[in-house]
Amino acid sequence: MSDPVIRIEDLYKSYETSAGLFPALKEIRLSIDSGEFVAIMGPSGSGKSTLMNILGCLDKPTSGRYFLDGRSVAELGKDELALLRNRTIGFVFQGFNLLPRMSLLDNVALPLIYSGLEREERHRRAHELLVKVGLEDKAISSPNKISGGQQQRVAIARALVNNPRLILADEPTGNLDSRTGEEIMALFDELNREGITIVLVTHEEDIARHAKRQVHFLDGRLISDHVTSRPEATI
Amino acid sequence: MILAMLGEAWRAMGANRLRTFLTMLGMVIGVGAVVLMMSIGQGAQYAIKQTIASMGSNLFILISGSTSTSGVRSGGGGGYTLNVGDADAIAELPGVQAVAPIQSGRAQVVYGPNNWNTSVLGTTPGYLEARSWHIASGNAFTESDVRSGTRVALVGKTVADNLFGDEDPVGKTFRIQQSPFVVLGTLALKGQAMDGRDQDDTIIIPLTTAQRQVYGSQFPGSVRIMMVQTTSQENMPEVEKSMTDLLRQRHRIREGMDNDFYLRNLTAAADSAAESTRVMSLLLGAIASVSLLVGGIGIMNIMLVSVTERTREIGIRMAIGARERDILTQFLLEAVIISVVGCFIGLLLGIGGALLVNQLTETMVIVSGSSVVVAFSVAAAVGIFFGFYPARKAAQLDPIEALRYQ
Repeated sequence: MSDPVIRIEDLYKSYETSAGLFPALKEIRLSIDSGEFVAIMGPSGSGKSTLMNILGCLDKPTSGRYFLDGRSVAELGKDELALLRNRTIGFVFQGFNLLPRMSLLDNVALPLIYSGLEREERHRRAHELLVKVGLEDKAISSPNKISGGQQQRVAIARALVNNPRLILADEPTGNLDSRTGEEIMALFDELNREGITIVLVTHEEDIARHAKRQVHFLDGRLISDHVTSRPEATI
Repeated sequence: MILAMLGEAWRAMGANRLRTFLTMLGMVIGVGAVVLMMSIGQGAQYAIKQTIASMGSNLFILISGSTSTSGVRSGGGGGYTLNVGDADAIAELPGVQAVAPIQSGRAQVVYGPNNWNTSVLGTTPGYLEARSWHIASGNAFTESDVRSGTRVALVGKTVADNLFGDEDPVGKTFRIQQSPFVVLGTLALKGQAMDGRDQDDTIIIPLTTAQRQVYGSQFPGSVRIMMVQTTSQENMPEVEKSMTDLLRQRHRIREGMDNDFYLRNLTAAADSAAESTRVMSLLLGAIASVSLLVGGIGIMNIMLVSVTERTREIGIRMAIGARERDILTQFLLEAVIISVVGCFIGLLLGIGGALLVNQLTETMVIVSGSSVVVAFSVAAAVGIFFGFYPARKAAQLDPIEALRYQ
C-alpha cells in the first residue's frame, strides 16, 4: 500500500498571545490514506481551523512531524510549500474567495499561472473544469453575478484545476442554504468516488455524514476518530 | 508567466481608473518638467555656443594703453601705443595662429542713389582667420593689398542688402566717404554678437587703406586694437605671457612700470557665459527632478493603499500557490507600468511643450535624445524604487492573516 497522503505525528501548535502561550493543538496523531473522505468536526476553538492551516501548508507546527504525500513539510522552504499548495492541494473556503475582478474562467485558471502554463493551456484546462461543475455557459461572467452555490462550484473547479491529490475544504457549505449545501456535498461525493482525497472541516452533522470517516476535536485534542455510521446503508 | 502578470496588472489598474490616472499624473508632470527644462537649458547652451563660435575661438584682444595730455587721461584704447611692427613681432611668437591690427570707425558709404552709415574696419587678412569669418562670394584681399593700400572692400550682408539691393556687389565700385572702392567679396552671414550688435553691418578694408584714405590717421602704422588668435585653447596662458614680455620689451617698459597696453582673453569671458548657462540648465533639471521624486512618492503611497485593499486577494493567491516572488513581481510590475506609461505621456507632453515654447517665443529649445533617455530610465528606476517597498510588504504577508482579512 502506498504512503498515506497525510501523516501527522505528535503534533503540537501553540500561539503567542498577550495572556501567554496558548496551545491550539496538542499531541495530534492522524493518518489519512489516499482516497479517503474525512470530516473534521468540533466546536469553534477546538483547533480544527488551526489543523486545516497546517494541513494546507499555510502554517507550520510548533513541534511534531507532518508528512504530506510522503514529504516532511517542516523541511521544505517557502517556495516548495507554495508549489505543494499549487500542485498537491486544492483549497475550498467557506467564503468562496473568488477574485471579484476576474471572469470565472480566469478565476479557475489562476493557479495555472503559478504553475507556469501557457495561456491557451490554462484556458483549456479551466474550461474543462467549468464543464465539470456545470458552469461552462457562465465562463465570462464575473463572480458577483452568480449565486453562492455557483460561486462555490467555481471555487471547487479552481481547487481541481491542477489535479491535486488532496482537497481541503473549510466549512464549504457554511455560507449556503441547506439545499445548495447538499448539491455541493454531492459534488464532493462524486470527486471522492473519482479517487481524490477530501478533508472537510464542518460542525454540521448532516454535512459530516457525507464523509466516510469522522474525526472530532475538542480543546485542541483529537478525541474521537471513527468510520461514519450509515444507518440507511445497513441491510 | 510575465505576460499573464502584465495582463493582471493591467486589470488591477483598470479597476480603479481615476486613482491610476492621478498617480500616473505625478509621473507625467515630473517627466514632462524634466524634459522641458532640459530642453530649454540645452537650447540656451546651444545659443551661447553659437555666439561664441561666431566671435572666433582662442582670441586675445590687445588694446592700447591710455595716454595723458596735459593731465587729461584718455582711457584704454585712447592712445596709439600699438603698431604694425608689434603685430608682425607677435605673429612670429610660437603658438600664435593669426594677428590682426584693427583701425575702425563709422563712415558714410554711397552706391548710386543709395547711401548707408556703417562700421568700416581696416585690418589685415589675419582678421578673417581669427574671427573664422568666411567669404560668401568673390575673394578676400591679401597681404599685398595691405602693403600697397589698394581700395578694395569686403562687405557684410546687411551693408550689401542696403547698398546694392538685388545686385551682386562683387566687382561693383562704391564710395566710402569720398574715395571709390571696389567690392572684392561679400562676407558670410555672422548674425548677432553677444551684445546684440549686428555683426553683418560692416565693411572690411585693408588697414593701410583705412588709415590713409578713410580715417587719415595721425600715426600711420599705429593702431588701438589688435586681435590675436592662438593655435589652441591650451596654449593661451603661455602665449599671454610671451606676448606681454615681447610687448614690454618692444615698448621699452622698465621693471615695475605698468604696461602701456591691455590684454584681454575673450574666450575666457565666453567660457564663463557658457559655464553659467550649463549650471543653469543643470539647476533647472534638478528642480524638475524633484517633481519626479514627488511623483515616485505618490506611486509608493498608492501602492501601499492597494496592498492593504487587496490583502485578501494576496492571501487567496498565496493559498493557491503563488510564491513570494510572484506576489512581489505582480505589485512591482504595477508600479513600473504606472511610472513607465506616465513617463511616456510625460515625454510627449514635455516635447510638445518644448516645441510650443519654440513656436511662441524666441527662446531656442533643443530636445535631445539624451534628455529623453535620462527621463525614461529615471522614471523606470523611480517605479522600481518606490514600488519595491509596497511589493515586498505584499509578498511577506502571512497567508493566514491575509485570508482572514475583511
